[in-house]
Formats: sequence, structure tokens, C-alpha cells
Amino acid sequence: MSVAPMNEHEREEIEVHEQRALGFWLYLMGDAAIFALLFATYAIMIPGTAGGPTGKQLFELDNAAIETVLLLVSSMTFGFASLQVKAGNRGAVLVWLAITFLLGAGFVFLEVREFAGMIAKGAGPDRSGFLSAFFTLVGTHGVHVTMGLIWIVVLGLQVALKGLTLPVASRLYRLGLFWHFLDIAWVGIFSIVYLPGLL
Amino acid sequence: MEHQTPHALRSYLIGFVLAVILSAVPFWLVYTHALPPHRTLLVIGIAAVLQVLVHLRFFLHINFTTTPRENILALVFTCLLLFIMVGGSFWIMFDLHSRMLI
Amino acid sequence: MFGKLTIEALPFYSPIAAGGALVTVGGALLVAIVLTWLKAWKYLWTDWLTSVDHKRIGVMYVVLALIMLLRGFVDAIMMRAQQAMALNGGGYLPPEHFDQIFSSHGTIMIFFMAMPFMTGLINIIVPLQIGTRDVAFPWLNAVSLWLSAAGAALVMVSLVIGKFSTAGWTGYPPYSGIEYNPGVGVDYWIWAILISGVGSTMSGINFIVTILKRRAPGMTLMRMTPFVWTALVASVLMAFAFPAITVACGLLALDRLAGMHFFTNAHGGNMMNYVNLFWIWGHPEVYILILPAFGIFSEVVSTFSRKRLFGYESLVYATAAIGVLSFTVWLHHFFTMGSSAGVNAFFGVMTMIIAVPTGVKVFNWLLTMYRGRIDFHPSMMWSIGFMVTFVIGGMTGVLLAIPPADFLMHNTTFLVAHFHNMIIPGVLFGYLAGYMYWFPKVFGFAFHRGWGLGAFWCWIIGFYLAFMPLYLLGLKGMPRRMETYNDPTWQPYLLVAAFGAFVVLCGIGCMVMQLYVSIRDRNKTRDLTGDPFNGRTLEWSTSSPPPPYNFAVLPTVSDREAFLEMKEKGTAYQRPAAYEALRIPSNTPIGVILGAFGFVLGFAMVWHIWWLVLAAGLVMFAAVIVRSSNDDQEFTMSAAEVKAIEDERFRAMGSRP
Repeated sequence: MSVAPMNEHEREEIEVHEQRALGFWLYLMGDAAIFALLFATYAIMIPGTAGGPTGKQLFELDNAAIETVLLLVSSMTFGFASLQVKAGNRGAVLVWLAITFLLGAGFVFLEVREFAGMIAKGAGPDRSGFLSAFFTLVGTHGVHVTMGLIWIVVLGLQVALKGLTLPVASRLYRLGLFWHFLDIAWVGIFSIVYLPGLL
Repeated sequence: MEHQTPHALRSYLIGFVLAVILSAVPFWLVYTHALPPHRTLLVIGIAAVLQVLVHLRFFLHINFTTTPRENILALVFTCLLLFIMVGGSFWIMFDLHSRMLI
Repeated sequence: MFGKLTIEALPFYSPIAAGGALVTVGGALLVAIVLTWLKAWKYLWTDWLTSVDHKRIGVMYVVLALIMLLRGFVDAIMMRAQQAMALNGGGYLPPEHFDQIFSSHGTIMIFFMAMPFMTGLINIIVPLQIGTRDVAFPWLNAVSLWLSAAGAALVMVSLVIGKFSTAGWTGYPPYSGIEYNPGVGVDYWIWAILISGVGSTMSGINFIVTILKRRAPGMTLMRMTPFVWTALVASVLMAFAFPAITVACGLLALDRLAGMHFFTNAHGGNMMNYVNLFWIWGHPEVYILILPAFGIFSEVVSTFSRKRLFGYESLVYATAAIGVLSFTVWLHHFFTMGSSAGVNAFFGVMTMIIAVPTGVKVFNWLLTMYRGRIDFHPSMMWSIGFMVTFVIGGMTGVLLAIPPADFLMHNTTFLVAHFHNMIIPGVLFGYLAGYMYWFPKVFGFAFHRGWGLGAFWCWIIGFYLAFMPLYLLGLKGMPRRMETYNDPTWQPYLLVAAFGAFVVLCGIGCMVMQLYVSIRDRNKTRDLTGDPFNGRTLEWSTSSPPPPYNFAVLPTVSDREAFLEMKEKGTAYQRPAAYEALRIPSNTPIGVILGAFGFVLGFAMVWHIWWLVLAAGLVMFAAVIVRSSNDDQEFTMSAAEVKAIEDERFRAMGSRP
């Protein structure tokens, strides 16, 4: 960004960006409330296994560890993309977005595979209250990540076609908020679901 | 809006390293069962809270100088509400569990 | 191809149901015929349905609310008539139908009457009162409106195709689960709430950002009007409480659609968690509804007492306190469902504490009136009626807040009387006061006072007749939601209550007459100054109706009563040396498209038409992506156009200094 004094129009554009950032932040706070209530529901329903499989029997620590690494690295690579947005390097932004996408897609792939495996073993979300809560909590996070992946593609196209205009940069900023928020939610998931479940 | 480039790059790298450590320790404890379960749960909990703070500070760049006041207020208010809603739910549901076996 | 939908979904199984369907379809056809006869379709599309102007969106919200008030009231009068006749199996409504009616009555009045009424009034007035040109996210505003309309449409279509829920407006499982309620009713209820709930959450976010970031220069937080303060706190509650009902209804939907076991009897379900989650939303919801009404009363009482509002700071702190405390009382809705004494006592005490800030407000309003010069405008009458009646309801609330007492009164008609005693004099009288107060501002001509006063007297007399007997009946032991009873000593009370409902019907008739007479006489009662009541706040500084851009020049504020101060200092109605061109958000069809396909999505979910769910979902997804990729969302109104509008305004005002 230039450090020359701004004209009225530029100042208004920045104000619009700040309002959108605040609005999106407020949406994330509401999303945090949804996740918190899903976490609470999960914790309440841990005993509700109805004679079926427990977390200890189903969760795989290796899988959770790899997913954690993928998402954490993807948070860092999105951070690199953000830096390139500020530097104005269109090509570098696209590269880092692509890497972030691949890492996120890897995460979703592993999670879908985990879910499919559990369902094949007869441990699907309809088996017990505990499993309903597990699939819904972890699945909601997975759906959010998938939405993020679609959003990366859409914004990647916008960067390629329109360049790093202020509106595009503003949208990338909000996608960044979303992506980092999802990594925070994942910290909650492995700390409340997988690690205690396998203790 | 944001810090200058070299500081911001350092921010992401420091955040990443801290997050890796704060993830690795709990995972390792569960892999090896090195501590009794209650202690492990405590470490998991503390590491999780710290890692969330790391993400907020180093990835989301939340601080008391450049972050707008409304955003910090929203975050604090959310934390308060989550404490009330989740804490209240636990108290109510575990109380019901002990009395009503539900 | 059509999922569970067959010809049997049509209501030919009962003459009453068929009658309801006929009225619904007939009403829709009537509207279509009138629009065609007036050749108004294009005008409706370009000036209203695709508008992103907060004033237009607000009016549409209020129109939705008033239509749903009629529908919800039909439910009410049907129930009162049934209960008046229902001794020993009398009455005309079979139980299953009665159950649908009390369920739809509550659902409609809360979600599709009160919420849209509030959102509409906030939409129209808040940007004007804070001196800005529109809300922070005008397109999101339109989307919220159309998603709310989609939810209302789902409830209305259940009158024609299928049935509505019989599980009450709260939908407790396991009764509302798939095992005990395999029909479509509960699904209609779930999707109407989920879809409109997204709209409400977005509105909350929109208003928070608008109020925090778009105030006119000089308007600090403590210079905002009381209505803006209450709108802000209510919006915070909207943004943070609606996630809870999204989770509650979402998990119930998963139970019903995907065979999950969140709230089932067997397989590890926990039905009390639904009750817990629902009321985590449900209690803040009633404060969402009441706080803006309190804000309206503050403005109306001040204006029509011709006196500065007493105790502004205490009103602000009371509002904020109510906002936070509203999240700490929710268990009082289920004291009787098995919690220990400690838990019940905590929530009981918090419930009593939350009554205190409201008491502070009542004293502030009374002290504003004291030594004022009162103009008994209908809005002032609604306010006075509120103060007397709401306090009674508040006292019964404190009584109910005592858990042992609540064990006797929970789910009796005492409870029904209590919450209607809060919502009708509190929420509804407040919004009707705002509706009659701001009508001239929005439409540019006077709202007939006489019919307004008639509406007030019928409503308040009808309210007392309809609900005071219910308090006594509750103490005599009558449960709520009864389709029939065999205690003959109850019937006289229910007859009085039915008569009360009839008096309220006359009140609604007065409201219809008020609209008819005012519109008929509009050319004789034009508001040329924009300030018919010697107002104190910024909305009265604009013309009636305001121009699309609200303010040609954004005002600078230095007092809490911004407009009154300008009039006293002689700086009101100043005209700039030159006007500037203004950027105005363009109309777009994407809001109404999202609403329409939201309705289709909900309908398809209800009837299990999976291909349609997918198709509607994809259309909505694509619409959002298209919109978000569009950077050209505004048009420019030239300085000459602005000048022309302003010149016309001042010419019409005449030689006002």
C-alpha cells in the first residue's frame, strides 16, 4: 500500500473493507458458538455409546496426527499467500493458494476415508448418540474446510482474472480469517475428541 | 493495516513452530502414555488453550495496538458467552445425569 | 421423483383444513389479481423486490409481519372459540388439528410476526437516526428479508400441502423425533426456523457493524438515541443466540433425516440436551424482541411528553445489563424437569435479578412523563398501556421465578397468561407504537389518530378480557394446550377469554380502517416538513419520505437530541453551497432469488425430494458466488439529481426558517 495521503474515495474503500472484516469476524464469533455447543453436546454424549463402539476402539492417532500437520502447515502457507498479497505478487499468491488447497484437500480426503471406514465397520452416525455427536462435530468442521477449499478456488480465479485489486485482497483477507479459525477449531477437535478418546 | 513484511513473515514462522510444539507434546503423551490420564488431560487442555492464543497472536495478528477495539470486544464477549453457555450446559446436564439417569 | 409428496397431501380430509387452504390460496390469488389489474408487476420488481434500500426492505418486513399477525390471530381466535365450547368433548376442532393450531400460532407470532416487525422498524429508522445513508451490508440486508419470507412461506404452504407440526412452537423431542412424528409437520417447522434463522443472524451482524462503524461525525456511543442503543444490544443477542437454535433444530433434523440419535429415547440419545440448547436461544430471543420495543417507548414517551428523556445513562446501562443477563437465566423454562435444588435456585435468583433493570426503565419513563406536556397520540397511549400492563406481567414472572411455586404453575394457563402479558403489552404494543409514530415519516402522510386510538382501546381491553381469566384458570389447575376439559367451573372463564379475543379482533379491524382512511385521505394530510411531532432525533430532519440517500450532506452531531439541538441553534435545514454526486448501491435480483430457492430447498427437504434439494442448493451457491465476484454494485446519482430532489423538498416546505 502507498503511504501517500489518501483521497476521499480510497478512505471510503478502506472503511468498507474494515466494515466487511468486522462483519465477517462477527460471523466467525457466531460460528465459534455453534462449534462450542457441538463440543458441549459431544462431551455430554461420550457415555451414550448404546453398547456400540467407543472412541478408544475407533479413533486412529496416526490419522489425527497427519491431519493436524496438514492443517497447521496449510495455515502457515496461507499466511505466506497473505504476505504475497501485500507485496502485490500475483503469481506467488496463486502458488501459495494452490499449496494451501492441496494440503486442505489432503485433510478432507483423510477425514472422508476415516468416516467411510467407520461406517463400513457398522460404526456410522446412526449407531449411537456418541457416534452421532462425533460425526456431526468433526463432520461440521470438515464441511467448513470443504467450503474453504471452494472459496480458495473461486478467489484463485478472481486473482488470476482481476489481479490483486482492493476488493479481491479484501476477500482474501476474510478467507484468511476463516482458514485460521478452522485450524483453531481443529485444535479443539484433537484436544477434546481424539486425544482424550485414545487415552 | 498489517505489519511490514519481514515482521509478518517472522510472525508466521514463530507461530508455526510454537503450534508444532504445542501439538506434538500432547500427541506424544497419548502415544506413549507417559503420564497418568488425569495429568495428560491437564497437559492437553493447557496446550490447547496456549495454541489457540498462539494462533490468535501469530496467524490472526490479534494484538492490543493494531486490532480494532470492536474486534477485541467481540472476541472477549464471545469467550464470556461460551463460558456461560458451555459451562452452564455441563452443570445442568451432569446434574440431570446424576438425578435423572439421562 | 416427488419424494414423499402425493395427492394425499392436499387438505381434503377436513372441511376446516380445506377452508384454511382455500383462504391461503385465495389470498395469494387476490394479491396477484390486484397487481395485474394495477399493472404493478414491473414496479413491484424494480422498486421493491430487487431493492437493497434499508427503508424499502424495512417496509417489506413490516408488511410481512402484519400479514402474519392476521394469520397468527386467526389461530388464536380459533383456539379461544374451541376452548370456550370444549367442555366434555364439545367444540369443533379435533385434537390433531387443535395441536397444529397452537403450534403454528406460537411459531408464527414469534418468528414471523414479532421478529420481522422488529427487524423492519430497526431497518427503517436506525440508519436515519445515526445519520448514515444505509446499513453496512445492503445486499445482505435484502437476503435476510427474503430468507425470512421463505420461512414464512413454508409455514403458509403447510396449510395447503401437508400439515404443520403438532409439537408446539418449541418442538421437544422425542415427540418431535422421527419415531413419534414421521409426518411432514415437524419438518416444515424445522426448515422454516433454520432458513429464517440464517436471515436473523445476518441481520444481527449487519446492524452491529452499521451502528458501531457508520455513525455520523460527532455521534459518540453516549449520544445515540435509546432506540439505536436497544437495537445494538438486541443485534448482539441475535448474532450470539441464534447459533444455539441452529444447533438445536439442526441436530433434530439430523435425527429425523439421517437416523441419528441426539435426542432419541434409545441408542444413547439425550432429549434434555434439546431442551437445554433450545432455551439457550429461547431466553435471549425474548429479550431480542423486547429491547427494541423498550427503545421505541423511550423515544415516544420523550417526544409526546415534550421533555428530554430522564436518566439516559441508566437506561443504557440497564439495556447492556439485560443483554448480558439474558444469557444466564435459561433454565427457568424447565425448572420442573429434574434439576437439583442448587441448579434451580441459581437460575431462579438470576431470573429475579434480571427484572431489576427493567424496573429502572419503568421509573425512567414515568419520570420523563412527570411535568411534561403530554400529547395523547396513539403511540403515547400504547406506551402508557404498556407501562401498566407489562408491570403486572413482570410481577407474575417474578412469582414464576421461584422454583417451588413454578412446580404448581408450569405449563398451566398461568404461564400462558404470563408470557402473553409480556409479549402483547411489551413487544406488540411497542412495535405498534413505533408503527403509528413513524408512519408519517415513512409514507409522507398522516396516520389517522382516531382509528389508532380505537385500535389501542380494543387491544388493551381485549387483552385484559382474554388473559386475566387465564391467570385464574391456571391457579385453578388448568393445563395449557387443552383441546377439551371436563371441569365445568372453567368454562365461564374461557367464555370471557373468547370474548376478549373478539374485542381484539375489533382492534385489528380498527387497524385495517386506519390504513384505509389514511391512504384514502393522503393528499389532504401530506407531511411537508418531515417533522409532524416536533421531533428530537435525526430521522425527523429528513423529508417524509426521506430521499433514497437519506442525507444529501451527512450531519455533524454534538448532542444526544441531535435534531432538537439543531432546531434550537438554528442550524437545522441548512443547504450546502454545492451538492456532491453520491454512490448508491444498485438493485439486484439475487436477494429475492436466494429467498425463492431457499423456500424450494426447504420444501424439498420436507418432502424428501432429494434431487430438488441438490438443485436448489446449487442455484443458491452459484448465486452467492456470482454476487461475490461482482465488483460493480453501485451507481452514481449526479449532483444535479441530488440538487433537484433537495430543491423540491425545500420548496414543499415553504418558507420555514
